[in-house]
Amino acid sequence: MIPELGNFALALACCLAAAQAVLLLLGAERRDARLMAMAPGLAFGQLIAIATSFAALAWSNAISDFSVQNVAAFSQSQAPLFYKLTGTWGNHDGSILLWCLVLAICGATVGAFGANLPATLRARVIGVMGAVAAGFLLFALTASNPFTRLSPPPMQGQGMNPLLQDPALAIHPPILYLGYVGFSVPFAFAIAALLERRVDAAWGRWVRPWALTSWCFLTCGIALGSWWAYYDLGWGGFWFWDPVENSSLLPWLTGTALLHSAIVVEKRESLKVWSVLLAIVTFSLSLSGTFLTRSGILNSVHAFAVAPTRGLFILALLGLVIVPSLLLFAFRAPILAPAGLFAPVSREGAIVLNNILLCSIAAVVFTGTLYPPFAALVAGEQLSVGAPFFNSTVLPLAIPLVLAMSLGPTLSWKRAALFPALLRLWWVALAAAAVGIIVALGWHGLAALGFAGSTWLILGAIRDIAARVRLFRLPLSESLSRLAGVPLGAIGAAIAHAGLGVTIAGISGMTFAAQRVVFLHPGQATDFAGYHWALTALDHVPGPDFNAEVATLPASRDGRIVAVLHPADHTFPVQGTDVTDTAIRTNLVVDLYTALGAVHDGGAEVRLRYDPLAPWIWLGALVMAAGGGLSLADRRLRVGAPARRPSLPSPPGGGRRPARAAG
Amino acid sequence: MRRLLPLLLILLSALPCSAATPILTPALTPAEEARATAIGSQLRCLVCQNESVEESSATLAANIRQIIREQVAAGRTNHQIMQWMTARYGDFIRLDPPFNRLTLLLWAVPVLAPALGLGIAFAASRQRRPPPAPLTEAEKSRLAALLE
Repeated sequence: MIPELGNFALALACCLAAAQAVLLLLGAERRDARLMAMAPGLAFGQLIAIATSFAALAWSNAISDFSVQNVAAFSQSQAPLFYKLTGTWGNHDGSILLWCLVLAICGATVGAFGANLPATLRARVIGVMGAVAAGFLLFALTASNPFTRLSPPPMQGQGMNPLLQDPALAIHPPILYLGYVGFSVPFAFAIAALLERRVDAAWGRWVRPWALTSWCFLTCGIALGSWWAYYDLGWGGFWFWDPVENSSLLPWLTGTALLHSAIVVEKRESLKVWSVLLAIVTFSLSLSGTFLTRSGILNSVHAFAVAPTRGLFILALLGLVIVPSLLLFAFRAPILAPAGLFAPVSREGAIVLNNILLCSIAAVVFTGTLYPPFAALVAGEQLSVGAPFFNSTVLPLAIPLVLAMSLGPTLSWKRAALFPALLRLWWVALAAAAVGIIVALGWHGLAALGFAGSTWLILGAIRDIAARVRLFRLPLSESLSRLAGVPLGAIGAAIAHAGLGVTIAGISGMTFAAQRVVFLHPGQATDFAGYHWALTALDHVPGPDFNAEVATLPASRDGRIVAVLHPADHTFPVQGTDVTDTAIRTNLVVDLYTALGAVHDGGAEVRLRYDPLAPWIWLGALVMAAGGGLSLADRRLRVGAPARRPSLPSPPGGGRRPARAAG
Repeated sequence: MRRLLPLLLILLSALPCSAATPILTPALTPAEEARATAIGSQLRCLVCQNESVEESSATLAANIRQIIREQVAAGRTNHQIMQWMTARYGDFIRLDPPFNRLTLLLWAVPVLAPALGLGIAFAASRQRRPPPAPLTEAEKSRLAALLE
């Protein structure tokens, strides 16, 4: 009964989403106040329906109702409740439902917080989101219905992919989807603005918090995925340039560009056409990121199993969302005239450079990811595009980007002088060069470049805040009291830039990583990377739904035990697969990493790794997200917003004049 | 052979990627080992989704790792080893695709994209609306009157 309720709620949500699209877009076109007033109600109704549907699926998973095909295929009764619940989205059908749920949450949030938007704009934004939701709910309902019943139900489910049975990966999809789907709001704002034929500073102000929120979630989601790859796949890699990883990186890159260009729209009413395009492109890439990897076109270690019929449906949906949006953009964009002028050397100019470089990197990653299927289609050639290609092509674009990241914030808006700006950064540049030279003398060039870039970013961020509080120019107490007056947005930006510096340091540190694979019997030991690694025991331990071989591996230095590591090998009898459970001891500077390979003849193959600065990669991402969150709390994003207006439709031709940006 | 490659790959991919293999590599100096690792990370593990032969634990990858080390020990150059690999397995094995007519677009994008971006930005900055026309005498006097 519960699954039928879920299915009914899903159908209801689909109808509500369609109604949301038709009634609101029509209402906005006709300026019918009654229709437009339905916006929040429809958005909330859709959310309630999808939430009901999702809860029904989660319930079916929790009680292991194997008469539901989806539960039977991806769950099993002995799994811990936590993984039964997270298994709801650990498969194709369930994850589509989660995707739709997040989209509905975004729509309802616009409905809840959008009271200060002009009525037509709000109706159009929620209407556009309804149109997108209707398409994907239809897909969930017809082509990938998670509530399909099985008769007779099997006694036991086939169990979820053991690789997914991991806390980080369990929460990875919701966070990533909040990032992906969050960009539907800037997208809806862009389409609504094109329909309204108007983009102004207020548009930038409305879009930016949404872009920022999505960006923070996407940053965390990507970092979680990368961290999982590091500790779960068992050989210490953290970024594979895999199609699935790339497709999450693409919206991150263009989303980062949007984040910056929206500032220019807000402050200077320039880059409007470009920002609208970026909003459309970012969500299009989010959509492709979620769905292209499920269409069977790209193969990857992360991809779900796919059916070709679904792939076609997905491609049609992608086309239906992306092509009309771009057409609308092509027809309406020329109407949006730029207002604010600026010189090439200015804060705006630096942001334009940031946008060009970020979008170029995105273009490279996009081509590289799609080239193998393209080559197969066009020439019938099998081609691989892997890490060496991406490393060698992205690096030359990343270097000027990093350089501009510390330089940009020192430039003034509108018109700036380059030379004084460079002079302000002299000690930052000196420190970066010194670090680079020291590393280059000791080891190799790429790491030197990375550490120099990281120093440049972190010190550049510190310099930015120090200059704002006039540190060492005023008495220290006065500088500190000035700190309270620095806008949170500026502090957030500095922290986020420094966060990238931390990540780059981590990546550079990993170039010094060392590893050794040895076969040890209990009682044997090996010396590696300055540590003495001994295998003292190898035990057979049964788990809830797996059997484990657990090693006890104390690592000691100068006769003192630093860490006792327990790498394990989990065998899942239901799924018939093995998963390595790595053991990592970190002091936040160095990771001691052990993974268990094959266990035979009473001994085990042990992979030992020494990963300097590895945790910094993900710590840096967290710092970036924290910076984003901090600037989200900036009161300028809330206080300066246009005042609440009576919910009368604005007269044709636009009688409203949104408040100008105060900054 | 090239036509058969996909079929071969499908057959090979039936082999588990996590199969354990004994490591029987010839003794290499650290410099030689570094060279072998560098070559191995440029080669795709043919039966895995997206891993280099250095990273993969598949049997085929272990075999290729061993071939690389044997050839390094035999004193063959990186170029010769890469040629041997592509002659045997096709360009598919190269994670760094070769530059040819088919991959022209792929290798052009990293140059074209920023060039195009800068070009558009330059054109857009040139195309800015001209400054407003100077005020006529009548307008000037009206402005003066308003300012007073």
